Amino acid sequence: MQQLDAGSVQVLTSLKSSTAQTIGEPKIVARDVSVYYGEKQALFDVDVNVPRNSVMAFIGPSGCGKSTFLRCINRMNDTIPIARVEGKIAIDGQDIDDPELDVVELRARVGMVFQKPNPFPKSIYENVAYGPRIHGLARNKADLDRIVETSLQRAGLLKEVKDRLQEPGTGLSGGQQQRLCIARAIATSPDIILMDEPCSALDPIATARVEELIDELRQTLTIIIVTHSMQQAARVSQRTAFFHLGVLVEEDETSTIFTNPSDQRTQDYITGRFG
Amino acid sequence: MTDTTLGSTGSGHDWSSPASRRRVKRRYAADRRLQFYGIAAIGTAMALLGVLFVSLIQAGYAAFTTTKVELSIFLDPAAISQEKPGEANYRRIVRDAFKAYFPDVTGRSDERSLYKIMSSGSDYIVRDYVVGNPGKIGENVKILVPVSDPFDQLYKRIIPRRIDALSSDRIALFDALKQQGVLSVEDGAGVAKVSVFIDPAKVPSEGGVAAADYDAMIKDGLRSYFRNEYSRSYEEIISATAAEKLQSVVAADPSVVGKIVEVKLPLAANYDNLLQTGQATIRNPRFGSDVEFAWFDSLEKRGLIATPFTWELFFNADSRFPELAGLAGALSGSLLALLICFVLSFPIGIATAVYLEEFAPKNRTTDLIEVNINNLAAVPSVVFGLLGLALFLNTFGMPRSAPLVGGMVLALMTLPTIIVATRAALKAVPPSIREAALGVGASRHQVALHHVLPLAMPGILTGTIIGLAQALGETAPLLLIGMNAFIPSVENIGLTEPAMALPTQIFSWADSPERGFVSRTSAAILVLLGFLVMMNLLAVYLRRKLERKW
Repeated sequence: MQQLDAGSVQVLTSLKSSTAQTIGEPKIVARDVSVYYGEKQALFDVDVNVPRNSVMAFIGPSGCGKSTFLRCINRMNDTIPIARVEGKIAIDGQDIDDPELDVVELRARVGMVFQKPNPFPKSIYENVAYGPRIHGLARNKADLDRIVETSLQRAGLLKEVKDRLQEPGTGLSGGQQQRLCIARAIATSPDIILMDEPCSALDPIATARVEELIDELRQTLTIIIVTHSMQQAARVSQRTAFFHLGVLVEEDETSTIFTNPSDQRTQDYITGRFG
Repeated sequence: MTDTTLGSTGSGHDWSSPASRRRVKRRYAADRRLQFYGIAAIGTAMALLGVLFVSLIQAGYAAFTTTKVELSIFLDPAAISQEKPGEANYRRIVRDAFKAYFPDVTGRSDERSLYKIMSSGSDYIVRDYVVGNPGKIGENVKILVPVSDPFDQLYKRIIPRRIDALSSDRIALFDALKQQGVLSVEDGAGVAKVSVFIDPAKVPSEGGVAAADYDAMIKDGLRSYFRNEYSRSYEEIISATAAEKLQSVVAADPSVVGKIVEVKLPLAANYDNLLQTGQATIRNPRFGSDVEFAWFDSLEKRGLIATPFTWELFFNADSRFPELAGLAGALSGSLLALLICFVLSFPIGIATAVYLEEFAPKNRTTDLIEVNINNLAAVPSVVFGLLGLALFLNTFGMPRSAPLVGGMVLALMTLPTIIVATRAALKAVPPSIREAALGVGASRHQVALHHVLPLAMPGILTGTIIGLAQALGETAPLLLIGMNAFIPSVENIGLTEPAMALPTQIFSWADSPERGFVSRTSAAILVLLGFLVMMNLLAVYLRRKLERKW
């Protein structure tokens, strides 16, 4: 790993200690997942286990299939008419394609945060309250208020917005909007959150806030984050999966991926030979 | 400056070469040309629009005032009963009141001409006034009643008292004759000194000179003054009494038969005027006699003529008399039809668009439906009218001329517009909003109803209002289902009652021969345009107000 710059190595070594803990049964198990967009195959037989209450980062060059795989986990690919998913994904041992399982319920349990902050053009309160309301998670108004407050609290946004809950969510800054989206995702009390490059549209300070937040949420949630920034993957994740041309090349502890990858392609990517 | 700093670069292309500079110049020239075309196009459109408005306002402003005459009427309790104030002989009352202004006028035919100055609807105006104010019975009241259309137009200087009697080509013939020096004035009458051959062939053996065809001889004589003229309209120049004059000449001296005589023949009245005064005019045929002008002038001199704003234009129903005709029936008919149109097309259009855009699978069937909807938006409106006629009136037996059917036909026409506009508005909602909603577990209908539809609403409303504005101005389909009924009263307004619409009212007024309907037509068009402008402003306002940023 002589190619890595000194700063990254320092970050990696400091992370090593925290990632060592082993976790019991994996939260998400994927077997032979392939995705086709029409005739074109975008993802080839992905096998991966995502451990409980940890952060897993998906890295890889653009168009490598990492977002595609992420969107399989809450079946967002269903909304694309030409997409076809094969293989099995199970959450807590339950197949997500099980006809017994309602896709709407699945999406409430598997929250998602998108690349560009996309709050609804409604008030801050309504943004967070929408999910709990449509799923009937609150018995009354006070209950809903409590859920909104807790979610904003957990997203680290409450202090900044508590006086202007009725103002439009779109009036917040980019970083605040993204944390509002995270608050919206955790308001339906999911146990998994999928993040699709959540910091790519944010400035470094806002990025740092979101990364802190991810680290806190990891205590109770399983998080998968797609990122283009290898530093970010190194900073926030315990395990990292490297995708290339629709193939999951390698998946291991983050420190191992960044210091001693077993595949030449991973090595080439993290040292900046391509991508 | 550019050529010194840039100059030739190392890449092999000489940016300062004449060819390069020419290309740059051409490019700028093309830019300017394109701009010029655009500005010229906009300028032309604005100019044409200006011409349209100027001509409409010029023709229509007169209809916004009505010339009225003030009647002072004694509401005689002996003639008008308190119990049934509507049943008195108001025609008599009104005529007597008017007659009181002209004590000198006697004789039936003069009186009849006198009453022609007032509108025929005056009786009803006075009756309605008395029915509305029964407490005034027994008092002297002053009521303004409209004057009849010719006097209204006369007072507004739209039609003249006298018009030219002779067309320009007749005057040219006259001038040609004048130049030959044959015309002169003798004893206050214009005469033409014409050479006439007293043709023996036209003098019958039986009856002799008394029964000769002098008329033909005069015409033959005139012929020689107009060698290149084929129309023979010059024959009018000589009075019809010329034949008698010639006869008297020949009778005085029978020896002229077979010879050419020079006779001074009298000119026809109009040509006589033309010769003596330089112009030939006759009384405008819309007026019965010159004394009518004198009566009207005396009313004006006494300050009894006023021109108040024509509220009747908005509150009266249609009438055969332009000074009484109003748009109340047309406005209510259009309003009801638009209401039906909106109630039908708005929900159906939105439901269709939302289904096609958000739920329908993309396959051959939906493609076909989509193509058909887009094409329907381009179908001529008269076809929808025919459909309405065949389906709603003939098959379903719905009432003819009714706003209900009009609204249904207009809804058919508006639907494609609304569907296309709604689909465009739905497409414009960013996909991130759909993803966000799906991401928190909203079902498809929740995504559509809670998020996409509200965001698309400004666009949908704009499209709807534009569609309705189009429907408001549509004439052909309404004509086909008979929504051009003559509705002289606003008492029976209802969805299934026969009705009129604004555009069909304009159509029917434009067809009417009375001069007053010309300005009424333009005024009605201005009212229609006013409504269209208001609807478009509403669309702009709603879009501004509802538009949200994301």
